[in-house]
Order: sequence, then structure tokens, then C-alpha cells
Amino acid sequence: MSMPFYVAPEQIMKDRADYARKGIARGKALIAIQYSAGIAIVAENPSNTLRKISEIYDRIAFAGVGKYNEFDQLRVSGVRAADLKGYQYSRIDVDARSLANQYAQILGQIFTHEMKPLEVEILVAEVADEPSNDQLFHIFYDGTVLDERKFCVLGGDSDAIYSRMKESPLMAQLDTAKLADVVQLCRNALSGPDRQLPVEECEIAVLNRTGDRRAFTRLDDAEVNALVQI
Amino acid sequence: MPFFTPGDHPGASFAELLKRVGIDPFQKHLTESSAQVHFPHATTCVALRFADGVVMAGDRRATSGNVISHRSMEKVVSADKFSGVAIAGTAGPAMEMIKLFQLQLEHYEKVEGQLLSLEGKANQLSMMVRGNLPAAMQGLVVVPIFAGYDLQKGFGRLWDYDPTGGRYEEREFVATGSGSVHAGAVIKVGWRTSMPQDAAVRLALKSLWEAADSDSATGGPDTLRGIYPIVASITANGWERIDDSTLSQLVEELIAEHQERNQEV
Repeated sequence: MSMPFYVAPEQIMKDRADYARKGIARGKALIAIQYSAGIAIVAENPSNTLRKISEIYDRIAFAGVGKYNEFDQLRVSGVRAADLKGYQYSRIDVDARSLANQYAQILGQIFTHEMKPLEVEILVAEVADEPSNDQLFHIFYDGTVLDERKFCVLGGDSDAIYSRMKESPLMAQLDTAKLADVVQLCRNALSGPDRQLPVEECEIAVLNRTGDRRAFTRLDDAEVNALVQI
Repeated sequence: MPFFTPGDHPGASFAELLKRVGIDPFQKHLTESSAQVHFPHATTCVALRFADGVVMAGDRRATSGNVISHRSMEKVVSADKFSGVAIAGTAGPAMEMIKLFQLQLEHYEKVEGQLLSLEGKANQLSMMVRGNLPAAMQGLVVVPIFAGYDLQKGFGRLWDYDPTGGRYEEREFVATGSGSVHAGAVIKVGWRTSMPQDAAVRLALKSLWEAADSDSATGGPDTLRGIYPIVASITANGWERIDDSTLSQLVEELIAEHQERNQEV
């Protein structure tokens, strides 16, 4: 029997992390941001049918970047977990924090125990009655969870996009910002200085703070066009 | 969080998911004597087509034997934005079935990323009624009606069910429950092709009125407590419940009509 070469655990973890990061960096980015009437999620997505942003439950949305089949599997698991919990207990017992923890468990488990980590970064967002109670959970390929405020950026080139967002004067007045303003801000931040992201490659969805049971709304092409033209 | 491997997952079916995690919503272990106990029963519901869609209506009474067990039950509910379900029969399993059906439609919509077709929704409900068959054989019968606006075809459609899950699409109207003979007769006489919405609402209300007049298990409008039948329309704009102030107005008109009729005798 041949002995496998010894590889230090630090090296294994580093290799896996590099592998996952490389996969995620290839993908296009997305931004979630709080504004006056809820939470807007804007993604760069050339496809009109394969979605990055979707509904999990009444006030909870999911967004993922990286490998489509992997984050879509996570999305469906989230829908199942949320619907099961709402069925067994009550609709108000379903919350983003619990979902984010469960996602973190799965991602962490796969990162340490499987051959290959998931090449994804996901977001679980929940809109509340008050902007201060909104929740944005940013979950990484290794199960790390960040509880973000105001906005968060997922995907390739996220550091540059993050600093472009930070520089905007609009960041100081998000509580009163209109949807069109934050969409424009996100679009510019995603585009960068050298290009303009085409409207048809913007996937936009909103969690409304209106109090309707299902807060999630996906904007269709006409609505996105109208917003960008303002 | 349920995490399934590809090729071994329950798909977009919520009922299948429940089974996979070990939850069985339908009671299959009833004893022989359960049919002798009086469980609360829900009664008359109707649905009829009109020019722009369908109108659904149901009374609010639940009875256990000869006792009125509930006065403000909601047996007509929206299944999703473009369809509604109304249930007559044993209240417990009926309400559970409604809850499961609503969840199933939403679950499918979220997992698949698009709405189930109206035909598909009707079929789903059919399977649920069939799932309840063992309980139905022991007396816990649940008989729904299903109606909705077909977005692909552009008109309203309605379905009638039997306790075995048999599904029958009707062109004009359906009625279910203990007062369905009386309610159905009223609608049959008054129904016209492409009638406007307000006429359809009036006719639905009148049919429930007559059912309540002749069937003790069906409740009429309760003006004392301000409890009116549930009436809703489903059109291309979706489900819309007719509010109680409109209904109270219509009920007053109905009463006036009856008084006038009696004076002539």
C-alpha cells in the first residue's frame, strides 16, 4: 500500500479557499442595498431566465453569485426549509437569521469535509417594518457569516465595487433615497469607470416595506427601463 | 435545512417534501367509531362564471350535528393570486387541505420560479382530495370547488370535485355542500352568458340566501353580528374580496325585494 504524501491542514484549507475564491471571482457581482421603501437587490446578469435573485419567503430574499447549479441548489433548500418551518409553526417564525445559520452550517460542512468547496457566495436579506431592523446576511464559501449594514457586495471584483459604493454621497442618506437613485448607484458601481452596464443585463428585485404578506417583487424589463430613464 | 442530492429530491412538490421529512398531514389511523362523533362541518359554497372571470361565495356557518359550532368560518379563500378554493365537508381536514393547497402553490411558484398553470392547480387539488380518501370512507368527507382565472386562455374556469378526487370542469357554475341543491337551483335559473360582475355577485348572494332559507346547516347573512357571506371575484387583476359594506347593501336590497314580494300576496 502506498502512503499518501503528508499535506499540512493549513495548506489543504488554503488550497480549497483559493479554489473557491477563483471560481467566485469569475462570476459577475451583485449588490443589495437598503433604501427608503425596502431593500433593493441589483445583479449583473446577462441571462434573462437563469436568476441570481429570488424569493425565499414572505419577507426574505435570496441572492447568489458563483456557480449557478450550486447556489440554485442552496436556494431551493432555503425555500424548502422556510416553507416547512412556516407549515409546522407559524409564518412569523420564519426568519433570515435562522436561514443564514443553516446555510452557514451547510457551506462550512462542505468546505471542510468534501473534495471540493462550493464556489458560491450568498445573501439572505429580510425586510422589516423599520429600516433599522432590516437584515443582510452575507455568507461565504467556507460558512463565514457577515451581518452587514446598509449594503453588501457579492461576487467578483467586490472590493472595487465596495469602494465605489462607499464614495457615493447617497450613502449618507439611504433612509430617504428613492428606488431609482439606489438602482442608478448600484448600476454605476457594478459598471466601473470604463463601461456602462446595459439595462438588459441588470436583474433587479425589491423587498418592499409595504406590509403586504409577500414583500418580494421582481422588476421586469419595462420597469427597469423606466427606473433607469428617470 | 433539508439538503437533497440531485436526482433524489422531492422537486417542487410540498406534499412530497413533507413525506420525505416524516410529516403526514392526513390522519389515516382513525377508528371505526370516528364517523359517529360529530365533527364540525362546513356547508354551502358556490362559484359561477361571468364576463371577466369567476365569482366565488360561501356562507360562514359550521355545524356539529344540530349545534352551530362556528359563525364566522372562512370556507372561501384565495389559493393564490389568480385562483380560489372553497370547501364543504368536515372542517378540520378541510381547513388543513386549504392550508396545504395554498402552500403547495406558493412552494411550486418559488421553487420553479413561475406560476403553476390553472389546470395544474386543479390537478394538484384533485390529488389532495384523493389523499384524503381513507378518511372520507370513515365519514370525514372533504369536497372542494376550485375556480380561477386562466392567464394563458384569458377567461375564468371552475371545477367541481367528488370525495374520491374526481375532477369535473363546469362551464357555468358549481355548488357544493349541504345547501348546494337550493343554491344551485337559484344560480341555474338566474345565470346568463357573459353576465357582468355585479349581477354575478348578486346572484351568488341570492343563492346562499335561499340555501340558508331551506337548509339548517347553511347560515344566512347575520346582520346582528355583521357577519356576511364571503364573496370574491377572480379576474385578470387577480383575487378581490367584495367588502362587507357592499355586501350589507346588497343584502338590504335582497330583504327589500322579499318584503315587496310578500306584500303582494
